[in-house]
Amino acid sequence: MPSLAALTLADARFPGGGHVHSGGLEEAVARGLVTGTADLAPFLLGRLRTAGLTAAAFAAAAAVPDAPFGLLDAELDARTPAVAQREASRAQGRAALRAARVAWPSPVLDVLVAVHPRPHHPLLVGAVVGLSGGPPAEAAHCAAYLSVSGPASAAVRLLGLDPFAVNAAVVALGPVLDAVVAEATVPRRPERLPAPGAPVLDLMAQAHVHHHREQVRLFVS
Amino acid sequence: MSFDPTESEPDLHVPVEPRGRAVRIGIGGPVGSGKTALVAALARALGERLRLAVVTNDIYTTEDADFLRRSAVLAPERVEAVQTGCCPHTAIRDDITANLDAIELLEERFGDLDLVLVESGGDNLTAVFSRGLVDRQIFVVDVAGGDKVPRKGGPGVTTADLLVINKIDLAPLVGADLDVMTADAHRMRGELPVIAQSLVADPAATAVAEWVLAQVAAVRALV
Repeated sequence: MPSLAALTLADARFPGGGHVHSGGLEEAVARGLVTGTADLAPFLLGRLRTAGLTAAAFAAAAAVPDAPFGLLDAELDARTPAVAQREASRAQGRAALRAARVAWPSPVLDVLVAVHPRPHHPLLVGAVVGLSGGPPAEAAHCAAYLSVSGPASAAVRLLGLDPFAVNAAVVALGPVLDAVVAEATVPRRPERLPAPGAPVLDLMAQAHVHHHREQVRLFVS
Repeated sequence: MSFDPTESEPDLHVPVEPRGRAVRIGIGGPVGSGKTALVAALARALGERLRLAVVTNDIYTTEDADFLRRSAVLAPERVEAVQTGCCPHTAIRDDITANLDAIELLEERFGDLDLVLVESGGDNLTAVFSRGLVDRQIFVVDVAGGDKVPRKGGPGVTTADLLVINKIDLAPLVGADLDVMTADAHRMRGELPVIAQSLVADPAATAVAEWVLAQVAAVRALV
């Protein structure tokens, strides 16, 4: 049975600032790359297998006792070439930290914050699941799911899509999600963790921030 | 100067040691009811007397911030805008982190703020600020939105610490019965105050500014 921590972190009602991030979906919509549920599905699949796998692997690695947060922070920075995405990850990590401090007070969070006052979101997820006694696979599952649930919700809001169809598209990713979690939880040293590239997501994250200064973007990322 | 909250460059302002938390007052209400105009009026009226900053949640993010900058009532660095992911009510009620981050950024930047006004994006009658975000809240409706609005109720109308009925100069033009509006408002709100105002007649929003000053003193006295 999943831990309450993992369920809470994955809940769209968790007050951790996730609702203002679209994971590149808003930029994709603005460029006409995602127009409906049919092309949302491949967007989510690509995101899950790249950004989702990276997030899952680092969440899993952060969930073990005495996790090397400093090394993990640096390694995750190195795997996130777009400054906009590093910022988005730290913004979400900082936002979730605020909620985590109240719900799961622990010296583990002090150690995490000592490394960086704005921790990467996957490390925060892993630390919370780990300090709650959850196994690394649960942290990976949570982080991988969040990598697609946020963009899916953003698609409903931006495009007015049928929420049942979008929900079904997320659920249809189940087998891929399981495979991502399995890959993410293979024991490795931090420097050997997965590093899949998603150059289009990187470029769109940068473009999102750039365009916000001229047009309008409703999401932070 | 950019108001872009996604700016990834470091904040150029040297952080100041906070001298205590600023009083936070939320200003909510439907689209077009005059929230930003009220914020601008309060900034003009109180800017000399209080150390003031503003967080805006406009759906279009920088619209209100740009308005406040253009009307030159506040230095640009005293206005922060937050993006709300199409959900202005979520950002002030269910998940307030983006707004708290913006307030804390302003507090770190200036260190000695007396008051932060948090202006919500225009929303519907059910929107209300979380008590975790603000100390007091003002709900703004206007006569042009229909004189039945106070009667419809909703948590903003019934529970806000102050209800402002705005644009009363327009009442004869839109066929709104101001007496009905204020009577309904008092009936829905019991003892809670109601101020009817026109920023055309009184650009300084005198009555609201006085209420705000009293609230700042009252919240400070509790700390």
